[in-house]
Amino acid sequence: MTRFGPLLSARGLRREYGTGLGLVRAVNGVDLDVAAGETVAVMGPSGCGKSSLLHLLGGLERLSAGELRLADQRMDAMSEKSLAQLRRTAIGFVFQAFHLVEELTAAENVELPALLAGRSPRAARERASELLERVGLSDRASHLPSALSGGQRQRVAIARALSNEPELVLADEPTGNLDTAATVDVLRLLDGLRSSGQTFVIVTHDERIAATADRLISMRDGVFVEETRLTHGTSSGLGELAGLER
Amino acid sequence: MSAPSELTDRESSPTYELGVVQEVLLALLSAEVSYGYQLRARLQLALGPLGDSLNGGQVYVTLGRLEKTGLVSAQRVEQSERPDRKVYTLTETGRVRVSEWLSDTSWPKPAPAEFHLKLVAAAAAGLADPVRLVDAQRHALLAALASTQRAALAEQDESVAGLLLEGVVLRLQADLRWLEGCARFWGLKGGQR
Repeated sequence: MTRFGPLLSARGLRREYGTGLGLVRAVNGVDLDVAAGETVAVMGPSGCGKSSLLHLLGGLERLSAGELRLADQRMDAMSEKSLAQLRRTAIGFVFQAFHLVEELTAAENVELPALLAGRSPRAARERASELLERVGLSDRASHLPSALSGGQRQRVAIARALSNEPELVLADEPTGNLDTAATVDVLRLLDGLRSSGQTFVIVTHDERIAATADRLISMRDGVFVEETRLTHGTSSGLGELAGLER
Repeated sequence: MSAPSELTDRESSPTYELGVVQEVLLALLSAEVSYGYQLRARLQLALGPLGDSLNGGQVYVTLGRLEKTGLVSAQRVEQSERPDRKVYTLTETGRVRVSEWLSDTSWPKPAPAEFHLKLVAAAAAGLADPVRLVDAQRHALLAALASTQRAALAEQDESVAGLLLEGVVLRLQADLRWLEGCARFWGLKGGQR
């Protein structure tokens, strides 16, 4: 598909909860463009609105105001039914708490979105086995989530998010529940996917996840306050950081 | 919101902390006599991408210095077609230095004090907004974290150089978290003014 302009485009996004004195402006006027193939990380303290923002971008919640386009489709103007269809096919979700179906094996969890999108069981199975290989878990395909480590569960969840070759993957604190070693596995996986052209919006307060992004946005009190473009160049200057040079 | 700032890795021609290289060469020599190129190869393996800028000259200059101060001794080995090579042996004084180095628990470069004082002074003298200084510092550390992490992810599991890069990543992460605290503190101070 040839497209001009960003894959995801948000203008004046607002999300409010409650009324009167209890009114909370969780997202209070956010503009965001994400190019295809770009990884954008949104960081900010708890309660800054970053998770609400992610829910808006993924069509999990409705905007209070603003415009939201994914690949030229107006998500804010869609019917519930079309929005559900778009969520199933064009958007992948990764959550902090994995949200795997405990009664299904790793492979079945990964197959699920493809089946829900109307693919044949056989096509779904083939795609799942391809994806489990990609995340390095072919040998765990028939395990239940309870038999997997946290890092393995998150990798299954990432494979599931990729099931329908979504144009956009949204991740909410993907390493929030993981120890350092598992975090590195997930980092390596996300970095590989990023290099292969997958588009991501990741909200996190893990600086390491943020550092894999092309662009890093800081959010406070429902608004973007700062943006940093991270270019990944040479390894010069590393020696000084390691205490090896001066 | 201001336009995104471009962060690139700093171009620099590094000079290795001579101290580190010196002690490591001595320690490596305590296992066996070695040629300079063998020592350099060992260092490069341990440092991975951090060792890219370690040139042979530096190793030989350091070895020369160690020889002069009596920590190593060198014997010439004749080669038929090429210039003579030197093989290095650790002396008794060198051995003592190695064991002192191994038992030394001093920990270099604690980052925060200078930056902390910079913020205090900038605020006291009204020279700059401390929150701005924190933001600038955060940009710099994030760029450093990004490039270090990229290098760390490029290493195989169980790579000895990867372990070093992991250490650098974790320290940067700790510094970034501390900067969050600085931003909060000085942000509140600013609000009170």
